[in-house]
Amino acid sequence: MSKIRQIIMPGDSIEPEGLKPRNGVYKCADDKYCSEYFGVVQKGDQYVDVVPFSGPYFPRKGDKVIGKVIEIGPSMWTIDLNSSYHSLLHMNDTPWRTQSGDLQRYLNLGDYVYAKVMSLNEIKESWVTLKDVGLRKLEGGHITGISAPKVPRIIGKGGSMVNMIKDATQTRIIVGQNGLIWVDGTPENVMIAISAIKMVEKEAHTVGLTDRVDEYLKTKVGDNIGNSE
Amino acid sequence: MIILGTASDIKLLTKDGRRLDGRTNEELRPIKIETGVLNRADGSAYIEWGGNKILVAVYGPREAYPKHTQNINKAIVKARYNMAAFSVDERKRPGPDRRSIEISKVISEALDQAIMVEQFPRTQIDVFIEVLQADAGTRIAGLTAATVAVASAGIPMKDFVVGCTAGKVEGKVVLDLSKEEDNFGQADLPMAVLSKSGKVVLLQMDGDLSVEEFDQATEMILTATKRINEIQREALSTRFVAEIEEGGE
Repeated sequence: MSKIRQIIMPGDSIEPEGLKPRNGVYKCADDKYCSEYFGVVQKGDQYVDVVPFSGPYFPRKGDKVIGKVIEIGPSMWTIDLNSSYHSLLHMNDTPWRTQSGDLQRYLNLGDYVYAKVMSLNEIKESWVTLKDVGLRKLEGGHITGISAPKVPRIIGKGGSMVNMIKDATQTRIIVGQNGLIWVDGTPENVMIAISAIKMVEKEAHTVGLTDRVDEYLKTKVGDNIGNSE
Repeated sequence: MIILGTASDIKLLTKDGRRLDGRTNEELRPIKIETGVLNRADGSAYIEWGGNKILVAVYGPREAYPKHTQNINKAIVKARYNMAAFSVDERKRPGPDRRSIEISKVISEALDQAIMVEQFPRTQIDVFIEVLQADAGTRIAGLTAATVAVASAGIPMKDFVVGCTAGKVEGKVVLDLSKEEDNFGQADLPMAVLSKSGKVVLLQMDGDLSVEEFDQATEMILTATKRINEIQREALSTRFVAEIEEGGE
């Protein structure tokens, strides 16, 4: 159920009201729970979470993310997920028949991949894989980024926000859970899509955003058609 | 003979018990904090505390380099306190000196107590504290602003770190020393606590205080931290005054 969100600061106490405390909440005394973040309280059917306004991305198993190749080893690529930790991609976790020592034929430094977080250990080392439907090397297109806690807002309820931007600008968009976004299309349309994404990021915490983005896209795309004709 | 710069020849309290800048013994200087002042940093804050002007930038958590500094159990907090060459009357020779290395250390340790470092093994959190203009109490002002910057970076914290100074001037215990009181007073006591629990995370003393005076000074600081914490909270929340609504998938 949608309730008014309450802004909370680190160390403020939270009333769980019978719900289970989950992300962003810690036990600060016996039977007392406090917030870890500067963010908003979100009360669901079962859990209480504190969602920070900003912050780094932390890999979770099963997340589909966009990453950049920053290092090539004899049998692994090191992937930068825009996170506090780098991730690794082993050659056996790709759809290609790679040979050890010959990795740059498939992925070179600076290439982007759409990958899935496969495993994660206690010291936060993570491995990603390209072996699943839809996962691939991202060729062409532009990369833009937003802060990871705002990803749900870009996607919107059931993908409504991102689909609206896709349809209006006729671009292909992939949103990674880590906040990196890949946009492909004609240069003009890509610029419009990116500016719309930045608008969502900036106004992520406001009411009636979908309508305003819709209007913004209409005027922008309208301008473009007017110019080309 | 009069030796300049000793306590004898400078009057720090007026006849009606007020201080040089007109404050009472328990009055703070005006404090203003702003967040989100730097775009490249993950979190940032700017504080004006009396004549102090300090800029703080926070980066991370990010993988700690050189690799041997990594801690497998927790993040390391690396604060760097630095004074600009133009921050004081006489040009300060740039670069780290004995004083700023010490201050960097005590600030790192104070922040380490508030930040949930266990959540980020192998990483480091960089906190850059740049003093643009110094006017006594910079370490505490820097630390107070650093906490706000860390919170705005979305780094999990147990509590706010909030600090204040007190000292002894002409035999009286006073709160939040000014430059003259710091230079010519009898004692200076910077202290920082976690705002909710009141746990002390930084305590230093320069000069002499009796046990009674020490108790009085710490009591004064504890009351003042409540007010300073309000200013910290306000600095964070003013960035999100807009109405909040339910979003998400």
